[in-house]
Amino acid sequence: MTAEKSSDAQAADDEPEFNVADLDLGFAEEVAAKPGGEYIRRCYSCGMCVAGCPVAEVEPRYSPRRLIRMILLGLRAEVLQSDFLWLCCNCYTCMERCPQAIRIPDIIRAAKNIAAAEGRLPANLKTVSASVTKIGRLYEIEEFDNKKRVKAGLPELQTKLEDVERLMRK
Amino acid sequence: MSACEPKTDKKLRYALFLGCNIPVRATNYELSARKVAEALGIEFVDIPDFSCCGYPLADEDRNETLLMSARNLALAEKAGCDICALCSACTGALTEAAHYLHEDEAARARVNDRLAALGLKYSGKTRVVHFARVLAQEVGAEAIRAKIVKSLNGIRVAPHYGCHYLKPSGLYGFDNVEDPKTLDQLIALTGAEPVDYHGKLRCCGGGILAVDEGVALSVTRGKLESVKKAQADAIGLVCPFCGIMYDTNQKKVESRFDREFGVPVLFLSQLLGLAMGFGADELGMKVNRVKPKEILAKVGA
Repeated sequence: MTAEKSSDAQAADDEPEFNVADLDLGFAEEVAAKPGGEYIRRCYSCGMCVAGCPVAEVEPRYSPRRLIRMILLGLRAEVLQSDFLWLCCNCYTCMERCPQAIRIPDIIRAAKNIAAAEGRLPANLKTVSASVTKIGRLYEIEEFDNKKRVKAGLPELQTKLEDVERLMRK
Repeated sequence: MSACEPKTDKKLRYALFLGCNIPVRATNYELSARKVAEALGIEFVDIPDFSCCGYPLADEDRNETLLMSARNLALAEKAGCDICALCSACTGALTEAAHYLHEDEAARARVNDRLAALGLKYSGKTRVVHFARVLAQEVGAEAIRAKIVKSLNGIRVAPHYGCHYLKPSGLYGFDNVEDPKTLDQLIALTGAEPVDYHGKLRCCGGGILAVDEGVALSVTRGKLESVKKAQADAIGLVCPFCGIMYDTNQKKVESRFDREFGVPVLFLSQLLGLAMGFGADELGMKVNRVKPKEILAKVGA
């Protein structure tokens, strides 16, 4: 071994360590059991997903390849507690280009759904979810909006979608 | 009584799906799409009870997205209508749900258990299609060309396809996701020149706006830079959320990155509407945040 370290080795030294005993070896199966998650084990880390990812291009914290590797390794807590999990913008570019036909956005979404079920849905998404399930839309349509719509020549819409709340109530 | 059936005439008839953003934040898209559709003989049936498509719930629980989509699909089915959506994300969520519920009988039964509380039932018949796809495939170039009365000759438009209009390709099987042509072709019908530019297939970043505005606007910025570099006069697009990112948020991107773009953003239906001779107000141009003054002056609208 030479004393000089490659930049990759240096980067590896900078990564936080993890204890093998802390790995959750069932995590990959848990994700694979969700719709679209079934092909996660096909991943050989080629990086095609990262190369086309519009988020990875501007944000170094985010990498679909790293996320998949973390899931396969069983880094359950690290994935579910991370903020970068929520940065997939669901553009499907990675999925279109994956040589192994892995449904990458579905895998990431499966992990998000697991995180959400454990109470980790980001605050802004909680707000979004609350309005959609309670009023049936992201933005409420009030009488005022309908008046504006009619004035513009557009038809009125239902202001109250009470049956949506009934349907979505868990 | 069915609103859409029986289809004895050859008229194209669809339940118009607006979603959340269009009726409040992108009425310019709705106004222009209704005008263009009417001129082309497409009949839109309004179902005032349509709600959100369900897409915003997918990060929390995909089953909730499916349920909300199913309610809308069932309402359309009850009216005997297929759905035409203006928003690409709505098109994606509803198409995925329609496909899944058509294929998977057990899933359909689960969804119908919940829908029964509302007196609704979905049997899996509703077809979902994006407005631009209706124009490209069902109306066709010839019929559109026949309605063009003004050429947008000399105006350079950068087509932005966005994501959910074409992808996932396995779901839609339409156009070519790596080298799409339909939007270029529809823009060219107006006489405007579709401009090629770096990163044409890139996402607008809207999907993560609620999660991390900084990262989302960085994604948005990339395309504004390359459209500017390609010296396009406008961006032409087919999704209200892409419109929010490039038009409504353009000022935000400018101040955040200390840049000046001033690129007008027009919906495909606004471009077609101008070429069909509609006036600026009829096409909701007042709602556009970056004013397309030069384009309107050139066209005389």
